[in-house]
Amino acid sequence: MGVLKQFCNCRILRDSRIQTEDLWVRDGRIINPERIFYDEKIKPDVKIDCGGALISPGYIDVQINGGFGIDFSFNVNNVEEGIDRVAKGLLTHGVTSFCPTLVTSPSEIYHKILPRIKKRNGGSHGACVLGVHTEGPFISPNKKGAHPEHYIKKFDQGFKSVIDMYGDLDNICMFTLAPEIPNAISVIEELCKRNIKVSLGHSIANLNEGEEAVKHGASFITHLFNAMLPFHHRDPGLVGLLTSDKIPFGRIVHFGIISDGIHTHPAALRIAHRTHPEGLVLVTDAISALGLEEGIHQLGQFKIEKRKGCAYIAGTDTLCGSITEMSKCVRYFKDATGCTVVEALEAATLHPARSLGIDSYKGILNFGADADFILLDEKLELLSTWISGECVYEKIPGSTKQLEV
Amino acid sequence: MRLVICDTVDYVADWSAKYVLKRINDFNPNENKYFVLGLPTGGTPLGMYKKLITYYQQGKISFKYVKTFNMDEYVDLPRDHPESYHYYMYNNFFKHIDINPENVHILDGNATDLEKECNDFERKINEAGGIELFIGGIGPDGHIAFNEPGSSLASRTRVKTLAQDTLEANARFFGNDINKVPKQALTVGVGTVMDSKEVMILITGSHKAFALYKAIEEGVNHMWTVSAFQQHPRTLIICDEDATLELRVKTVKYFKSLWDIHSKLIEQESRAK
Repeated sequence: MGVLKQFCNCRILRDSRIQTEDLWVRDGRIINPERIFYDEKIKPDVKIDCGGALISPGYIDVQINGGFGIDFSFNVNNVEEGIDRVAKGLLTHGVTSFCPTLVTSPSEIYHKILPRIKKRNGGSHGACVLGVHTEGPFISPNKKGAHPEHYIKKFDQGFKSVIDMYGDLDNICMFTLAPEIPNAISVIEELCKRNIKVSLGHSIANLNEGEEAVKHGASFITHLFNAMLPFHHRDPGLVGLLTSDKIPFGRIVHFGIISDGIHTHPAALRIAHRTHPEGLVLVTDAISALGLEEGIHQLGQFKIEKRKGCAYIAGTDTLCGSITEMSKCVRYFKDATGCTVVEALEAATLHPARSLGIDSYKGILNFGADADFILLDEKLELLSTWISGECVYEKIPGSTKQLEV
Repeated sequence: MRLVICDTVDYVADWSAKYVLKRINDFNPNENKYFVLGLPTGGTPLGMYKKLITYYQQGKISFKYVKTFNMDEYVDLPRDHPESYHYYMYNNFFKHIDINPENVHILDGNATDLEKECNDFERKINEAGGIELFIGGIGPDGHIAFNEPGSSLASRTRVKTLAQDTLEANARFFGNDINKVPKQALTVGVGTVMDSKEVMILITGSHKAFALYKAIEEGVNHMWTVSAFQQHPRTLIICDEDATLELRVKTVKYFKSLWDIHSKLIEQESRAK
């Protein structure tokens, strides 16, 4: 048995409520102190004074292209080092798990990079890698966004096209595709069989096509509003999935949304939140400039200028991607929608975990769950990040106080 | 017998907590001399537990050298079920104070041999030197612990089948489904409580007024098991005004006239803690 830790003088987010409750941790998991009391009849080995902080599950980012100077899709030669750097950097944003996201690339890039991004646990070395999110190349050229058009592909040979494109699928956990591409439905079914979550995006699908995809297993929408048909009252498009009455009973369609104040208008955030709060998942969709200083950076083949919290193609006013860290997205989302603290936090914890089907042990603070959590002040500013019950980041080093037991 | 009549439920909580505070501190327990406390569950003592937690947080009391024995527990109810008395005691009291888990005793309603569990409980009480202060509550039918009407007044800790009234009263805690209410419980006997050096019973609310009348104005009767404590040399009943509604005016006036004397029971000596 490992060290028994009691986090006290805190409030915790559990069962969708903020409760005045201590958090007990042992062997990397959250445990039921009542059982310790009655069965083992022991006191904690370590007591940690949280100074009145709010404890939330650690943030989970299911769509992130890179950060700290690394672009996962272009970092072919030092894949592991790149993942390490981002995983470590994300700890300072309160992210304890993430899905490195690869944008539309030529097949040989996937074959080189994918086998080297292994799922792995988090720790002081960095946030947990839940699996890769492949965003493309099976998307609509009409909604390519920043993806290179000449690499976009169709499912000409059904699922074989998928295997040929990526090689081994073992490291993939989320897969964005456009459901209107011929053969998409059979591909969706095959992916679901392999427990890969299918997300709809970069698409000109109408609502019927979206609903058909959901019926066959698709469960997510990639960065809602971005790279899809705009909402139209006679053809609502993929956005219509938020209020569709054709969703199979008991299923929730989750959707990623970028809450940085730039990529999604606050009014659109409010529409998404008010129509379908349960499905809302905050994603950063961050690019390599995430976590870098202001100024001009040479990132791969691009020169990017970071100015007033936005990333531009250097010397222009053309935005080139999102660079807002998750903890800021949570705060912006709360301010923009007027939602509760619980709703804001769950959109970055429980909901992404549920969208990946891992909410029995990630994204929650229930007994038995992984002890991945963050301490926040009353303004939801990050104070410290913990993985498996160990402190992996402190905003002010040494601020965590241990009490005499 | 003493009857302390407080104006409100809150003051019952206050008075009883102050009494426990004073008894434990006057006893001055240490590693060789533990204070042994009998404890109830239910709605009535909640306020008292809250006050005791506050006293603990203020540094006025420590439970380091206190041993506790709980009155009862349901049979075959998972221990972490929110209606189990293990859950109640942990969440409403034990987790907030400095008691050593080793010193806590609650009957295990999931034990394979329930009779042995009950006998062991009696033995552990004896080994702890008997109970110094047993705190209890009662049901509207005058039952103390789960000693339902008709229980022997000489009973010891045992398995008890619950009365229909109790099942119906408890259904509200089990989704209003009487079939989910455990049918049996383990409980200390009336005799077990009678053996304590002192008994303090909390009775609040007009729905318990008739039981209070039976407890003090009528004779000892096994259909109202709380009445047995008329025979105990040190019984203290703490009630609110509502609970006195069935008592004679004369009875109420008499006990109220003793208010000053009762107040001395909870006076804190001015000694440094």
